[in-house]
Amino acid sequence: MSFLQKISSNVKNIKQLEYSALAERTNQIREELRQGVRKPYGDVIDVSFGDPHRAGLKPLSFVRQVLAACLYPQLMNSDKLPADVRHRAQRLLESCVGESVGSYTATAGIPEIVQRLSEFITRRDGGVPSYPENIYISPGSQWALTNILKILVNTDGPSKTGVLISAPCHSITTLSILGLGAVPIPYYLNEDEGWTLQVEELQRALESAKKFCNPVALYIINPGNPAGPRHVQSTSSMQEVIRFVSEKRLFLLADEVYQGCVNGDNSKFVSYKKVLAEMGPPLSDTVELASFHSASKGFTGECGLRGGYVELVNLDPVVMKHIHTLFTTGSCAPVLGQIALDLMTNPPKPQEPSYPLYHQEVQHMRTTLAENGKKACEVLNSLPGFSCQPVEGGMFAFPRVFLPPRAIQRAKETGMQPDTFYCMRLLEEAGVLSMPGCDFGQKEGTYHIRLCIVIHKDIMENLLRHLANFHQKFMMDFC
Amino acid sequence: MRLLGTWCVSGRVPFCHKRYSASPRASARPPPSPLNRPSDTDSLPLQGVKKPFTEVIKANIGDAHAMGQKPITFFRQVLALCSYPDLLDDNKFPEDAKQRARRILDSCGGHSIGQTPPPGHLQPHGSSTCPLLNNQSGRSGPAWGRRWQASPGRCGAYSASQGIECIRQDVARYIEKRDGGILSDPDNIYLSTGASDAIVTMLKLLVCGEGTERTGVMISIPQYPLYSAALADLGAVQISYYLDEEKCWSLDVAELRRALTAARQHCKPRVLCIINPGNPTGQVQSRECIEEVIRFAKEEHLFLMADEVYQDNVYADGCKFHSFKKVLFEMGPEYSSTLEMASFHSTSKCYMGECGLRGGYMEVINLDPEVKAQLTKLVSVRLCPPVPGQALMDLVVNPPQPDEPSHSTFMKERRAVLAALAEKASLTQEIFNTVPGITCNPVQGAMYTFPRLSMPQKAIDSAKEKGLLPDMFYCMKLLEEEGICLVPGSGFGQKEGTFHFRMTILPPTEKLKVVLQKIRDFHLRFTQEFS
Repeated sequence: MSFLQKISSNVKNIKQLEYSALAERTNQIREELRQGVRKPYGDVIDVSFGDPHRAGLKPLSFVRQVLAACLYPQLMNSDKLPADVRHRAQRLLESCVGESVGSYTATAGIPEIVQRLSEFITRRDGGVPSYPENIYISPGSQWALTNILKILVNTDGPSKTGVLISAPCHSITTLSILGLGAVPIPYYLNEDEGWTLQVEELQRALESAKKFCNPVALYIINPGNPAGPRHVQSTSSMQEVIRFVSEKRLFLLADEVYQGCVNGDNSKFVSYKKVLAEMGPPLSDTVELASFHSASKGFTGECGLRGGYVELVNLDPVVMKHIHTLFTTGSCAPVLGQIALDLMTNPPKPQEPSYPLYHQEVQHMRTTLAENGKKACEVLNSLPGFSCQPVEGGMFAFPRVFLPPRAIQRAKETGMQPDTFYCMRLLEEAGVLSMPGCDFGQKEGTYHIRLCIVIHKDIMENLLRHLANFHQKFMMDFC
Repeated sequence: MRLLGTWCVSGRVPFCHKRYSASPRASARPPPSPLNRPSDTDSLPLQGVKKPFTEVIKANIGDAHAMGQKPITFFRQVLALCSYPDLLDDNKFPEDAKQRARRILDSCGGHSIGQTPPPGHLQPHGSSTCPLLNNQSGRSGPAWGRRWQASPGRCGAYSASQGIECIRQDVARYIEKRDGGILSDPDNIYLSTGASDAIVTMLKLLVCGEGTERTGVMISIPQYPLYSAALADLGAVQISYYLDEEKCWSLDVAELRRALTAARQHCKPRVLCIINPGNPTGQVQSRECIEEVIRFAKEEHLFLMADEVYQDNVYADGCKFHSFKKVLFEMGPEYSSTLEMASFHSTSKCYMGECGLRGGYMEVINLDPEVKAQLTKLVSVRLCPPVPGQALMDLVVNPPQPDEPSHSTFMKERRAVLAALAEKASLTQEIFNTVPGITCNPVQGAMYTFPRLSMPQKAIDSAKEKGLLPDMFYCMKLLEEEGICLVPGSGFGQKEGTFHFRMTILPPTEKLKVVLQKIRDFHLRFTQEFS
């Protein structure tokens, strides 16, 4: 009684990532290492995910202290924890029903936290007002994104719904779009111009898509993952996008989870909401926008706690009602994730006891990120066959690798995509787990790998050394 | 600034809401409640406004901590240690809590609960298999000492999304112990964001087809509205089967058959959902009934979804929780090797009541390997379930053992919670049955009572005038006059012409007594007013 023929076609259409073969092999390699098999490395360096804790960076002490006190309030009776930590935990518990983090919360999140998020957004955007009723906290930003996509995707219509999405783009959003029975429409970022976005390319993608689907939305991730315009978009580019979506009547999905990771001297994060507001009416009153943020990225890096939110701008109140209903079907976001969001957007202030340590920890990560980004670019660009755009935001380097024809041929013979083949070899011979560019979408005939750079400085050095040695050997073998 | 763009009315976004309101999916709404969100209570204008009551008592949501139930100390200690490992140096924490915390942290490759679980059984720094297996605490029983070899290559990238491997191993061992030794494979365990997440995922996987081939899913009436909402959202066909109120809300296979036969006219029935112990009705199905359901599911080629989140909440004499899996396997290979099913559990209910931590799991049985691969792929799109929830599930399936320091406090707390619930279950049934016009079945398990109300015709008419369903009218009046919040039975489904409400038995005993008395007084007044 096999159900294989009878499962959802949307689920079947979710593509299997090339990465899964790499991860599987990593498990085998680690097993082999455990069993004493000799390899030129002692352990696999995993830079495949944007997960700072997994890569060995420590969580922020302040965040963890508050969480611990919220979980086990008896900790507030001693003064082992700083006074501001205890005060914060007390306030947070009072905002939980029954003063327990084990209770359900309101659908959109603990009201006091949602209120503070709206205040954070207003501050961030230089006074552009944010309203709590437009904010929904969810178990990670992708969960909220899926809910918004659900509203946009029409499965009853004559043609499929299309969503414009950058290429390259991290895979989860693409998979979510496929899983809902919609079609991702790639628009290619211009690598040679530092991964900038060109409106002509948006236009091209949209026109060609109209033949086979009904495009309703444009998804953009800024700062980028794996790459974006110098990894952080300029204001003028954002204005072009806004004019484009307005003209073409598209819903704008702005994924801004990496807004905390900007390290370039010339780069600064500005939110789509702020740019939209500053463009004034009629655009500021009519362009419909959803922007997403998360506690998983930035220096908070609490991916495992699952705290994210969406802020909705200019939505029809009737549509908001349906969105609310949709969010209610998923219970509420995990309370600890909600708290992590709150602490991320309301860190210790300079006069508070936790501030010095907090500041030190954040500075350390900021420096690490900046130095790693610079180092990665330097080293990769010094290797013939590699080209890496400057990394001024986000958590990744996404260098292009110019694979020799013989390597491409060998890849084909083994049934792998060429960059997967490169990554597999990199894993086998140098013990480095990365993600192949084919899983993100890239221009035909180009190959890339993605490396997380929010890792310990020493691991970064190690990684670059292994990679450089491997690459030189690889190029010699296949030239 | 929330202006409507003129194009919005005819633009693309609202077509979705038009579609939404036109299609069955629009009915994806939570049960109508006098208070739609928990926070709404707090916004009630009680300050200075004279009401016949001084506080609103919410007996509408199955949230134990919200009603004052205390968390289990051991669980919170371990979670605090996991959150802030510096506390491992604090001698105020017992040794067994520290040991558990270290173990959980080790299973999170980078020693942080803030990271997504590593793929497969990646262990940091060359450490060997899951530390529990090397645990020297001396606990007895073959299940705890058993070594699980996760074979290389079985855990792909997405097992990060399936949940931390060590924890899945512990869950499998717990299930084996619970089910008298019937084997459980950790690879068939999927940790999830509460049981709801796993239930919706499973439905997402199984709902397919168009028109009369569209998947039909059998759900009990009365039912927990997550199911009807999920089915509406997925565009699946809901096939309602009625539980028998006269027979203590038991399930009758003849009724299943009736519902199925009728449904075959317009859809393709493929799934049968059952909640045991039940919500909102609290019935604990007998073993015979479970066997009949299994036989029925096999005969009719139905995928069985057994929602067992209340498995520790069993109170009535003569009632016992029988897991569907255990019964299935005890029925022999004719059933155990063919019936495809999934069973669900959660950290939100039972004696833990940790709704806000969103911990849960499902175990899949006899799934075709290729279907399972699709399931694994599907869960990966959700990235991973919250790690504190996973950690908590680990503690639930791996609680303090008799030889451990925290054992006696743990057992005391657990017993107290379950005993209080049992006492309140019995009290509720007793008191409601003294009220003329209220009939209350025994609260055999779970956390709710679903008594039937006699509704005078005049009341039904008044309700109609106000545009309300009669039981909603009743509940609104109860809220206004007594400050008690319940959920009308119409939110869960009920036989035509019958009226019910769902009340939780979660308020503390003394408060519950007050609530029961107030409802009794209200009901008598109500009947009088509308006679």
